[in-house]
Parts: sequence; structure tokens; C-alpha cells
Amino acid sequence: MIVQLSHPQRQVEIKGPKRTKELLRELNLVIEAHLVIRGDDLVTEDEMLADADQIEIRPVISGGSLG
Amino acid sequence: MNCTKCPTSTKAVISLPRHNAAFCKDCFTTFVHEQVARAIKSFKMFTPADRILVAVSGGKDSLALWHILLNLGYRADALYVNLGIGSYSEESHRKVQHYAETVAAAHSATLLVHVVEQEAGAGIRELANILHRPTCSTCGTIKRYQFNRAAVEQNYDVMATGHNLDDEAARLLGNVLHWQEEYLDKQSPTLPASVEGFAKKVKPLCRLSEREIAAYAVVNRIDYIVEECPMAKGSKMLLYKEVLNRLETESPGTKQRFYWGFLDKQNKPDAPTESMAEKDQRTLAPCLSCGQPTTADTCSYCKMMAKAKSVPAR
Ligand SMILES: [Zn+2]
Ligand SMILES: [Zn+2]
Repeated sequence: MIVQLSHPQRQVEIKGPKRTKELLRELNLVIEAHLVIRGDDLVTEDEMLADADQIEIRPVISGGSLG
Repeated sequence: MNCTKCPTSTKAVISLPRHNAAFCKDCFTTFVHEQVARAIKSFKMFTPADRILVAVSGGKDSLALWHILLNLGYRADALYVNLGIGSYSEESHRKVQHYAETVAAAHSATLLVHVVEQEAGAGIRELANILHRPTCSTCGTIKRYQFNRAAVEQNYDVMATGHNLDDEAARLLGNVLHWQEEYLDKQSPTLPASVEGFAKKVKPLCRLSEREIAAYAVVNRIDYIVEECPMAKGSKMLLYKEVLNRLETESPGTKQRFYWGFLDKQNKPDAPTESMAEKDQRTLAPCLSCGQPTTADTCSYCKMMAKAKSVPAR
């Protein structure tokens, strides 16, 4: 499956089928800091992702000043 | 995973371990609206009669906040401050404009825009260089100033910002690590218009995590800027959030207990102060078995030893 990542924008190819949480673990990403989107829809950690799926892993943490 | 709220089995789009729940799209939207409504009510933020000015940046938090307030039926306009940080500012400005035209206009809500370069004659990067201050703090100062000024001058009753649970927990961690007690008072979700010229400021998203707000934006098709502000890279704020999220992953609810616990303590009127010695004298008495001070009849050491002796030797 093609996985779209941000910060910086890039794509990686990961072999499916695979559960969302396994995909995140493989990429060393924390669930609390990311959303996994298949097509236009959010998926939960236990969802099985197929090899043909278009996946976006979107970071949800933004920085900014402590002030 | 199915929605834990729907009576029929409906596929969940998000699971929320800290609430022991999983929600479908509709139930999740309802959950978010309820959390915001509770924050507005419990911290006495505003009423449907008030005119609200939302500080929008083009990011998920502020656009989601504007969206939620409009959907809850509040009178909410928004202000965008363009800081002139190259293509990042251009794109975030476009996202805000797009939202205002396609969604907010239908609720008769208006977008106000303030361009920093037009006033100061310099972009934020140049300003930061001139003033020798880290750009994020320069940016924060400019935004706070412009939002407050617009809210006061245009007679808004209250100014709302998109600060979320992660923002507040990270800020609290920073303040506690450095014992900046003077800043702790400012962490309340409602700050009063204490003096003439200060707008009342509120944080209606303080009960929601950053991930929940991003999920709300995705579920409700809000087009926001995902790209991080180029000036925020490597900021302390990001480090604190990362640490808190690692703790949250290990034990769900950590961030909430940390920040809400702080708010609870802050809200309680000061308890009569009792010194440690006074407390010890009130609660401790000699152990019935060995005579050392204990809060129970028998001290924990003697209990443990008694238990060990009762176990038959192997
Ligand atoms: Zn549901
Ligand atoms: Zn004892």
C-alpha cells in the first residue's frame, strides 16, 4: 500500500494486508500523535488495511510558543 | 471495532481509550459538541447572546473551534492575523478564507483579516531578527496583541482561542518544570476582562485532545493547514507534547488527569493550612505491636512480618 506521510511530505510503500496499529508500529509512530485516513475516512487501530488501499498518516501535533 | 453508543452495530472511526469508548462519525461529532458545551458551561465562558471573536490561524484547532461554535448556534466571527511567513502564511490565509466563504458565510459569520506587514513594514522573520527574539514568541506576542485589540475595539464580548488539552498540559508541564508559578494563574480556561482594555478570553476546546480535534476536522471535512509552521520546528512545546503523548500511550488519561487535576485544585478555595508536623501529630499513633509511629493500629512493617510468619515454610 502507498502511505502518505507529512513533516516532511513523503510517500512510502508498505506491504499489506496489515492492521493500522501494526502499520504505525512499523513506522515507529505513536498513535496518540497521528490519525490514519483511508481514502477520505478515518480508521481505528484494529482496522485491517489492504495492499490496494490509499493511506494517509496525518500528524496531529502542532508546536508554537509556550507563551 | 464498533461504535459503543449506537444501538445497532455501526463501524467506529475513532477509539478513545481515556473514555473507554469508540464512536462512529455521528456519535463522535455529538461527543465533541458535548465536550465543548460542557466547557462553556462549567467555566462560564459565554451565552448565546454574546458576540464572540474566534482567533483563527488556518490550523485544525481554530477552524474546528469556529465550526463547533457556529454549529452550536453561537454568534461567532473570526480574526485571522497574517504574519507574512512566506508560503506558509499564504496557504493558511487561503484555508481560512475558503472556510469563511464556503461554511461560515451561511451562518452569517464574518472573517476579519489583519496583515502584519501592512502595519509594521516587516514580516515576522525580519521583526524577530530586529528584536533578537525567538520567532515563535514574537509571533505569539503579535497575535495576542492584535486579537485583544480587535476584540476590544470592535466590541466583542469575548475572545475565543483554539487551545486544546495537549496545549494546556504541555504548557503546565513547562511551567511546573521551571516553577513559573506566576504563569499558572493564566492557565485557566476563562480569563476575565480584568482591566479596561483587556478582552475576556476563553478556551472552549480545553476538554479535547489534539488528536480528537484533528479527527473532528477530518470527519467534518474541514480543510485546514496540516503543514507545521516552519518557525515552530524544535520548539520546547513540541518536546513536552511528545513526552506527554508517550505517557498517554502507556496510561490513557494521563494528560487529562494532569491538566484537569490542576484546574480542580485551582478552583478550590484555599484549604486551612496545616503544617506537616501538625498533620503528623493528628494522624500518627504508636503501633500496637512495636511502638513506631503509624496511621493504622499496627504498622505496615509489623503487618508484613506477621503475614510472612503465617506462611508455612517450604
Ligand atoms: Zn454511533
Ligand atoms: Zn509496628
